[in-house]
Amino acid sequence: MERDQVACLITLLSENEDSYMFHTPNVRWAELQARSMGIPILLRRTCGEKESELQDLRAALLAAAGRYSISGVVTGAIESVYQASRVQRICYDLGLWCFNPLWQADQVEYLRMLLREGFQVLISGVFAYPLDSSWLGSKLTEERIDELEALQRRYGINPSGEGGEIETFVLDAPLFRERIEIVRASVSYSGYRGRLQIEEARLVEG
Amino acid sequence: MILLVDLCYEKGSLSRYEFVHPIKRILERSGHLAEALHITDLEGADLDCYDRAILCGTALQDNAYASHPDQFLWLKGWRRPILGICAGMQVIGSLFGGRIVPDLAIGLERVEIVACSPLLGGPGSIEGYHLHRFCVTLPEGFMLLAGTPERPQAFLHRDLPVYGVLFHPEVRCRFIIERFAVL
Repeated sequence: MERDQVACLITLLSENEDSYMFHTPNVRWAELQARSMGIPILLRRTCGEKESELQDLRAALLAAAGRYSISGVVTGAIESVYQASRVQRICYDLGLWCFNPLWQADQVEYLRMLLREGFQVLISGVFAYPLDSSWLGSKLTEERIDELEALQRRYGINPSGEGGEIETFVLDAPLFRERIEIVRASVSYSGYRGRLQIEEARLVEG
Repeated sequence: MILLVDLCYEKGSLSRYEFVHPIKRILERSGHLAEALHITDLEGADLDCYDRAILCGTALQDNAYASHPDQFLWLKGWRRPILGICAGMQVIGSLFGGRIVPDLAIGLERVEIVACSPLLGGPGSIEGYHLHRFCVTLPEGFMLLAGTPERPQAFLHRDLPVYGVLFHPEVRCRFIIERFAVL
């Protein structure tokens, strides 16, 4: 972590499963991740209507500025000009700095870095050919990264899932004081689209 | 060796991952060595070991580069290829007499190339990623490559291999960085 302090996390809970802007699978469990990191989280609902959902993001950032005195925002944008430019615009309008430290990162190298750094990542959604149901509930491993790299070469998918091809959920990370254990989950899959929905989860030591 | 000048608000900033590192990766992937130095580290550095330099862009809120123009005086006499990106273009332009003026642009825009150059090629249209609050007017002694004299999107010094582009080629049009590396 750099010298700047993380004041809070901001999560938009979108009612639109196909939101252009926001991650949706299991996003409500971000609250558990925040608790594990000991960082406050600001949650805001959005109906997820294209472009108007940005007003909800704007409101969330405004609330964070008021409640936590944030001076800037950090996003995980890698290549999505669609998402990055919209967040940049909102930050500009609100007088906030906008940082995107993963911008233009090599996606495969980024995934490998996650493993090296000790992240435990669950694959919780697949939404692209030829990703089958075996991906759901599997962990990100070197083998899975190799597969994603091969799929990138053959089909042009984003290995990091930034295009919505895969969705993930972080179960453990260097910043976590406790890891997340999934107690109960349900899986749905059809026609190269599927989700692992976390129904119950808890924080555990080790 | 190519010098990447980090113009971000402070040495070791979070912004360097966004505006300096992507350029370094592009260069290294195309077989060129590059070294990044923050602007505050240039004084006393041996600039003779670099055969060209790229002045990188900065965050939208970051205007610190405009506060100390004396840090860039070395550019005028360096006489090696220089490419200024966004903030870097503004540094070059103001150094040679252009005016930094308000100009907000965020996102993809068409860039109309109006003159031929080894860097951009011939007249035509490309898509550039813009992220700036200011631009610099066309300084005397520079040729307009894209845009207008009041809002140049690219320029080239008429006698020196000094280029400026307002958009970010590390996001779209990476060929510009790759071409600059072999000019």
